[in-house]
Amino acid sequence: MSRIFLYAAIAALLSHTLNAFAEDSPELQTLREQVQQLEQRINTPPAVASTSSEGAFNPAVALILSGTYGQLKHDPAIPATGFAMNPNNSGFSQGFALKESELSVSANIDPEFRGVGTFSLDPAGGISVENGFVQSSALGNGLNLKFGRFFSGLGYLNEQHAHAWDFVDQPLVYRVLWDNQNGEDGVQLKWLAPTDMFVELGGEIGRGRGFPGTDRQNHNGVGADVLFAHIGDDIGIEHSWRAGVSLHQTKRENAVSVAVPDLLNTAGGVSNSFSGDSQTTGLDFVWKYSHNGNTRESYIKFQGEYFRRKESGMLTYDTGSISAIPGATTDTYTNTQSGWYLQSVYQFRPTWRTGLRYDRLDPGTASMGSAIATKVIGNYGFNPSRLTWMADYNPSEFTRIRLQLAHDNSRQGLAENQLFVQYIMSLGAHGAHQF
Amino acid sequence: MKKILYAFLLLLISGNVHAALNIFACEPEWAALTQQLAGDKASIYTATGALQDPHQVQARPSLIARARGAQLLVCTGAELEIGWMPVVLRESGNSAIQPGSSGYFEAAQYVTMLEVPTRLDRADGDVHAAGNPHIQTDARNFLPIADALSKRLIQLDPANTAYYQQQLAAFNQQWRAAIAKWEKQAAPLKGLSVIVQHRGFPYLNNWLGLKQVAELEPKPGMEPSAAYLGKVLNELQQHPAKMVLRAAYQDGRPSEWIAERAHVPAVIVPYTVGGTPQATDLFTMFDDTIQRLLAGLK
Repeated sequence: MSRIFLYAAIAALLSHTLNAFAEDSPELQTLREQVQQLEQRINTPPAVASTSSEGAFNPAVALILSGTYGQLKHDPAIPATGFAMNPNNSGFSQGFALKESELSVSANIDPEFRGVGTFSLDPAGGISVENGFVQSSALGNGLNLKFGRFFSGLGYLNEQHAHAWDFVDQPLVYRVLWDNQNGEDGVQLKWLAPTDMFVELGGEIGRGRGFPGTDRQNHNGVGADVLFAHIGDDIGIEHSWRAGVSLHQTKRENAVSVAVPDLLNTAGGVSNSFSGDSQTTGLDFVWKYSHNGNTRESYIKFQGEYFRRKESGMLTYDTGSISAIPGATTDTYTNTQSGWYLQSVYQFRPTWRTGLRYDRLDPGTASMGSAIATKVIGNYGFNPSRLTWMADYNPSEFTRIRLQLAHDNSRQGLAENQLFVQYIMSLGAHGAHQF
Repeated sequence: MKKILYAFLLLLISGNVHAALNIFACEPEWAALTQQLAGDKASIYTATGALQDPHQVQARPSLIARARGAQLLVCTGAELEIGWMPVVLRESGNSAIQPGSSGYFEAAQYVTMLEVPTRLDRADGDVHAAGNPHIQTDARNFLPIADALSKRLIQLDPANTAYYQQQLAAFNQQWRAAIAKWEKQAAPLKGLSVIVQHRGFPYLNNWLGLKQVAELEPKPGMEPSAAYLGKVLNELQQHPAKMVLRAAYQDGRPSEWIAERAHVPAVIVPYTVGGTPQATDLFTMFDDTIQRLLAGLK
């Protein structure tokens, strides 16, 4: 409507100009300017859509769609040698498979709080709450409070969502020691030091939901606690780095593992149950280099993490009484497992990246009481390892197509070459990524 | 052990000993403008370098640490920093610089935005809902921004009101004179047909009257393929251009490819302070931009 008026006004001005003035005069000049201003107003696009509508308060919604094709020789459900009492969720399968779709919703709740919900839609059906937390930095003084369900701040990779991983799967050490990612129901408090260098200290307490926690039921108090510290900085405009240490502690209760091989070679393995203390220490670092600091064009990322877990308590052998020696036997059990990985990703063109990763695990040598020492395998004499290469193509920020080849030697006698093709697509809100 | 602890505490305290206003500038042009307006009353940290693509900066630990102590954040806004600023703000634990507070300054709010999309669809590439964020290429935009920024400085540091007002008045006077000079120098550029590598010059085009005939990115933010460049080259035969423009931080290959085949010069403009060796402050940034455009004309 207003546009019609403006056109009419211009037309009127123009005709007036043409009729009344044959040559340049101050009045003509003024009118010319007026016409120009009006033209400019017409050409100026309308202001951003009114934000007074109900829709303006809608939270940011993002959906991640991902799928893989896997070419494997052996069943991925076979665990890494020496880690039968650990989780073994490789996250991939043979042939074509839709991976978990990740739906995330986030918004400021009020001036003090921000809420984030991330829901994982299982391709087989069912929804799980991956993250559901409330965050507040209103405390100021560098304090950051988070509560609800969140990924623990330990290590470097633990907080990153699957769509941001540089490989199809997590490093082996994350798979066996953290069930890929340690998630917690609890409270996290971080403090950022008021220094030019990045110094962050954090602590978490929770129920011990994620492995190695045993998701305590019917208990008050704290089931697991985490402490971590991160430092980081830039060196010039081209280099940046972050390093960290972390400590995770939990009391495990009746942690049952099935199909655990034993010294008696029981067919299909036995079920064991462990109760005791679990303490994990970790080191992590990441270093990034980019020519002129221009990460759009190219960058190199180099990262590594090391975790070491000591468990000490009571192990019950063969809870199902299926071995040649019937009846459960319980005695002391202490073991230290560890693992590390080193990886590097090189973005050599704005749309192309390639990466290499080496993984290695140490199942440790267990010391046991005499009642179970002749039945439970205490020393596997094998260190699982794997070498992985990937290349991905990113036609836009929201699209990633990846080829991954791995030489997997994590299972003794079952070394194999694996091939994966994966796509990761992000719909909706433009989420900012962590360092 | 005790010594280390004391040294650490000392380090923590020393971070706080700044009488001057702590300012976190997202891009070099805003650091330069703040420097003009606040002089020695501010201690300014610039988050990005002139050769970094400001869309794709990482939320580095150093940025989070610097944002922690900032009293004022000076950024472009209009979603230019959307890929990294939200993480930096969230992790900083600094309530004084969150969006909506007086410590949060978005330059794009004070100028007329161009290329505000009428439809928002990722099929159109990396579009910004609030309009094209590359507002710093039109010198005239700095006047309202300087005015608003100066008011903000006064609001945060009222003790130095007179100083800020004096600085603003001096800047306005010098800047207006400089604009007149630049517009005069750039007169031969009016109506000039140009190709741009990224859709990053609407404000410059609007100011100096350049006529953009082609873009080398098939969609904003997307890398051009050889086939797409070939198509652009074909179209150039119907709509010939005099030069191909790119910002200093952009990869030169697409521009050079076209320049060589279309027999036109590839012109690099500093785009921000520090983008070229000559662009040492806001004044020389525009001096150099216009000199380079004029040189391309020859």
